[in-house]
Amino acid sequence: MIEAQDLTKRYGDKLAVDHLTFRVEPGRVTGFLGPNGAGKSTTMRLVLGLDRPAGGRATINGRPYAELAQPLRTVGALLEARAMHPGRSARNHLLFLAQTQGLPSRRVDEVLDLVGLREVAGKRTKGYSLGMGQRVGIAAAMLGDPSVLLLDEPVNGLDPEGILWVRNLIKQLAGEGRTIFVSSHLMNEMAVTADHLIVIGKGKLIADCSTREFISRSSEKSVLVRSPDANRLADLIAAEGGKALAQEPSDGQAASLSVTGLEAPRIGEIAAANRIVLHELTPQLASLEEAFMELTAGSVEYGSGETAPAAAPAAESLTPPGGSQ
Amino acid sequence: MSAVSPPPASPSALTAPARPAPRPARRAGRGLLLAEWTKMRSVRSTPWTLVIFACVSLGLTGLFTWLTLHSLNSGRNGARDSGILTDPVSFILGTGLGLGQLAICVLGVLVITGEYSSGTIRASLLAVPHRYPVMLAKALVFAVLVFMAGEIVAFCSYFIGAVLVNGETVTVTGRIAGHAVTAHRTLNVSLSQPGVLRAVFGSGLYLTVLGLFALAIGGLIRHTAGAITAVIGMVLVIFPLAGLLPDSWGAHIHTYLPTVAGQLITQDKPTAGQLLSAWQGFGVFCAWTALLLAAAIVLLQRRDA
Repeated sequence: MIEAQDLTKRYGDKLAVDHLTFRVEPGRVTGFLGPNGAGKSTTMRLVLGLDRPAGGRATINGRPYAELAQPLRTVGALLEARAMHPGRSARNHLLFLAQTQGLPSRRVDEVLDLVGLREVAGKRTKGYSLGMGQRVGIAAAMLGDPSVLLLDEPVNGLDPEGILWVRNLIKQLAGEGRTIFVSSHLMNEMAVTADHLIVIGKGKLIADCSTREFISRSSEKSVLVRSPDANRLADLIAAEGGKALAQEPSDGQAASLSVTGLEAPRIGEIAAANRIVLHELTPQLASLEEAFMELTAGSVEYGSGETAPAAAPAAESLTPPGGSQ
Repeated sequence: MSAVSPPPASPSALTAPARPAPRPARRAGRGLLLAEWTKMRSVRSTPWTLVIFACVSLGLTGLFTWLTLHSLNSGRNGARDSGILTDPVSFILGTGLGLGQLAICVLGVLVITGEYSSGTIRASLLAVPHRYPVMLAKALVFAVLVFMAGEIVAFCSYFIGAVLVNGETVTVTGRIAGHAVTAHRTLNVSLSQPGVLRAVFGSGLYLTVLGLFALAIGGLIRHTAGAITAVIGMVLVIFPLAGLLPDSWGAHIHTYLPTVAGQLITQDKPTAGQLLSAWQGFGVFCAWTALLLAAAIVLLQRRDA
């Protein structure tokens, strides 16, 4: 389990991480989302003791990272930036890490097999592709068979097969009861991988909830309506308490409306009662991507002046009361 | 809390290694030393720099000694060449190693800045979050490596020079009080002469501490080019130039500068008016280096990695 309490990091007068409090539970994949510069990597570095926080604290299984005797046996980490010498082979990179933890050298071969790099492990990492570099990083993270994994953009640079492999590996590791904390800017990847989401923007917590809840509760559902009599329908919808926005009509098609505040069946009833012809009536399902854009846009809007993370209006409904469980 | 321990069904190749109780510090220390040795031997810059160090030192020792003897014998001796007459051992040890030492400076910087430029430092510090043991282990492993290479090259340099110098009869012509004077001298050096063994062995010691000095500067500056420039600038330019400072305070400052003091141990005969003995000078150099290493460790503990 990873816990952050009031975690704060300042670069000059910019707050990179702004009083973050969250908890990453074992046994499930927790996605860590946020736009570029939101502070995801910095937060991970703070948890791992690489950066010194300006305030607050982070613990892993109840202890600060620096107090772990052989940390790689408890925590595995894949950092966003490459952390290996281009002139050193993958095997030697993993070997020196294993030696610091008193792990046998056969463990190096085991993780090389796990990531499928055994054949090229003797070559200098200079010649590796981005994806191969990621695999070495994942191998390094798995070296001590840790119960807690922090992965910063693990699918970065991987081909579709590699992405699928990482996705399955992460799910499997979570299924074994490990704590998995994965950051990504690929929202749709998180939608299929993560069970739980922690979303930050400008260093502040925006949401801490299940992925399903995040999608359903954070987005306004809308209905696309296409009709040759769009103007009259828009007035009727407004009279019923809905909100209709005229969309740009595409060539040769009837004008369309984006309706919020009314369900599709009700719009159909209104149209039928008023003998308005409909060409299309489609409920729009928000994707995780849209939900994310909406929420982070909110964080920018409400961003200034708030100190407590849960105080941001957008976050209020999504942050579980008093943390989870 | 962490009630869930990894169950038996680990991913394919993951046979969960047993998690023993924290090992004694001594075994952990051995692992760290092994790890630093793995890091050092697994990049090409280490063997290459050592090869360059040996080739430059031995080659130039032979070349300069031979050229100087040759020019003396052909009667074109200048003031610079007379060093080989007054103190042949210091001449032998000062020529090749004087340039070869720059390779040790470069290597000392590289073993630490290479971690920063490549990002390996993050992996290293994740493995050892207390941080300072990384620097101590690195310094120790590097010191042993440079000590061995330094002693081998110092003794080989000496023997190359000795073979060229011994039995060589040099004809020196000069003018004393307006009269042309010709003298014949037969050069002879031997490890059994006073101070010679100490000077040769001391050359290896000097190189070892010089390597650590460079490592400390590398740890402070963290950028390869900047640190190499700083170290070589100090060793080749700033410290020797300080010898131009006037009066006795100038001489004191100059004497106590790191490599100026350190090089006293590489000279078999003390020069006139020498302020520190050979071992005192070496002690001063060690103190400087320890101070800089301590500063590098303090910054390592404090800075974001």
